[in-house]
Amino acid sequence: MSKRIEVSGLDIYYGKFKAVEGVDMIIESRTITALIGPSGCGKSTFLRSLNRMHEVIPGGRVTGKVVMDGEDLYGADVDPVNVRRQIGMVFQRPNPFPTMSIYDNVIAGVKLNGRRRMKRSELDDLVEQSLRGANLWEEVKDRLHRPGSSLSGGQQQRLCIARAIAVRPAVLLMDEPCSALDPISTLAIEDLMQELKAEFTIVIVTHNMQQAARVSDRTGFFNIAGTGQPGKLIEMDDTSVIFGNPKVKATEDYVSGRFG
Amino acid sequence: MTKPATAPSGPPSGDAPPGDAEPGGSPAQPQSSPHAVPVARSARRFGDLLFSGAATLAGLSIVVTLAAVFLFLIGQGFPAFTADAEDLPGEQNFAAYVAPLLFGTVWAAVIALVVAAPLAIGIALFISHYAPRRLAQGLGYLVDLLAAVPSVVYGAWGIVFLAPHAVPVYRWLERYFGWLPFFDGPTSATGRTMLTAGLVLAVMILPIMTAINREVFLQTPRLLEEAAMALGATRWETIRMTVLPFGRSGIISAGMLGLGRALGETLAVAMVLSATDVITVNVISSTNPATIAANIALDFPDSSGLAVDALIASGLVLFALTFVVNYIARVIVARRREFSGANA
Repeated sequence: MSKRIEVSGLDIYYGKFKAVEGVDMIIESRTITALIGPSGCGKSTFLRSLNRMHEVIPGGRVTGKVVMDGEDLYGADVDPVNVRRQIGMVFQRPNPFPTMSIYDNVIAGVKLNGRRRMKRSELDDLVEQSLRGANLWEEVKDRLHRPGSSLSGGQQQRLCIARAIAVRPAVLLMDEPCSALDPISTLAIEDLMQELKAEFTIVIVTHNMQQAARVSDRTGFFNIAGTGQPGKLIEMDDTSVIFGNPKVKATEDYVSGRFG
Repeated sequence: MTKPATAPSGPPSGDAPPGDAEPGGSPAQPQSSPHAVPVARSARRFGDLLFSGAATLAGLSIVVTLAAVFLFLIGQGFPAFTADAEDLPGEQNFAAYVAPLLFGTVWAAVIALVVAAPLAIGIALFISHYAPRRLAQGLGYLVDLLAAVPSVVYGAWGIVFLAPHAVPVYRWLERYFGWLPFFDGPTSATGRTMLTAGLVLAVMILPIMTAINREVFLQTPRLLEEAAMALGATRWETIRMTVLPFGRSGIISAGMLGLGRALGETLAVAMVLSATDVITVNVISSTNPATIAANIALDFPDSSGLAVDALIASGLVLFALTFVVNYIARVIVARRREFSGANA
């Protein structure tokens, strides 16, 4: 089900302010693509434009093309709701629904309208499968009907991943998924990403360059010329090239810690 | 951290800015004399004492006020509880006297709540999540204004406008839904029925309920709404998954405030409702139970002796009723505490 995304000539705006300019990028299927760059360079904004979450912000809009499966996600007759059902997202801060149990959090996506009605046993299977997929099953199997907010931060984030993969998306976007977590929880999620890669296309925004180097296959470096200027994709290549032998000087400065 | 709190523990010199070193500065700036550390300490304690004392006093005042009202109601109303039936108005014992009033009070308030609660939630959602920002601001302002309209105005509107215009609707209800006990008829010719009173109450409690719901809905964490949208939820699904459950306790609180106002509303009901001494769920006929508050307002001027005691005793019943209602609301809110939106 994993899919490839082609981005071409993408400009992203907040109202009149152009936040990101002229991004061309190919995100390969069954790979982990990391987006790195200094704060404010537009990498999170770019990530959110991939599943049309950017436009939920008042004034947020996009020009250019994001093509998945031969279809432009920004086409006139495309419903953003359907885009988001295929491209899931994990946020920077764990955000399980506090009013739902662990169980209900996992199936929140599949219970939405327009999806097949499922039997109780099917739901049970899906919950177990998704929680196993997120490496959380063993820790929560005895308390599935406790509130999601009763878990630790790292567990909550894995619950959010379980919730995202339960709807079988083609692509999983992760916006700094480990920045609020301790090193052990971070490691758990990085391991998990390696397993998820077999089934999903993963795009991760991270401030942690070791993390990008550890987990990703491809890396894109974003940068801005200065405050008020739009962010741009400076260089995109295999992760080993970006961290070992980048073509652009700014990339080398950034990954070697001389800047940013 | 404020300056007075840190100054005593820091080094005495160099900590005080030049402006504070002036002799004769206000006593609220203890660091003006660097050697008088104990004085500074006690000055800080004085502030603490002052505020904790003031807060405690404010907290106590509510208890004292409630106790004073309760004691007054008990003291003045007690004779009515034990009086012989023939001495009381209507020549019946107190329980029989107050039962229709209690029923009428609850019935009118329930009608008001059933009508107003969904409307209030709908208007609040429209303002918080659907309307364009400028329209939402205007609407919100309008709702707040409505809350300030005095109840006598609503009462007058109920008599002059709503009651006569409601009569054809009531006739229609009697004709097609007469098999329901609520619309059994015969339809009141004046329209001054329990349903009219309930509708007037609904209009009265709508603004405050809408305002509270709106504020609660606006508090929904953005992150939760985005979580729902990222799962592919539509606008309505997002609201159902995040905004409504997150605001659940607030919605209940809004309902309770509205119910409280409807239970205690006096003037509008007294003006609108044509009351007799019955218990009936029929809401469109000309025989309706009165409410406790309206009954007190209407009968008080012409009463004396035990009749006054009976009115005050009925006030005690209303007092107890509001306690029960609030207690139930607290139980409902507490029952799902660990699933509360406050844990987001």
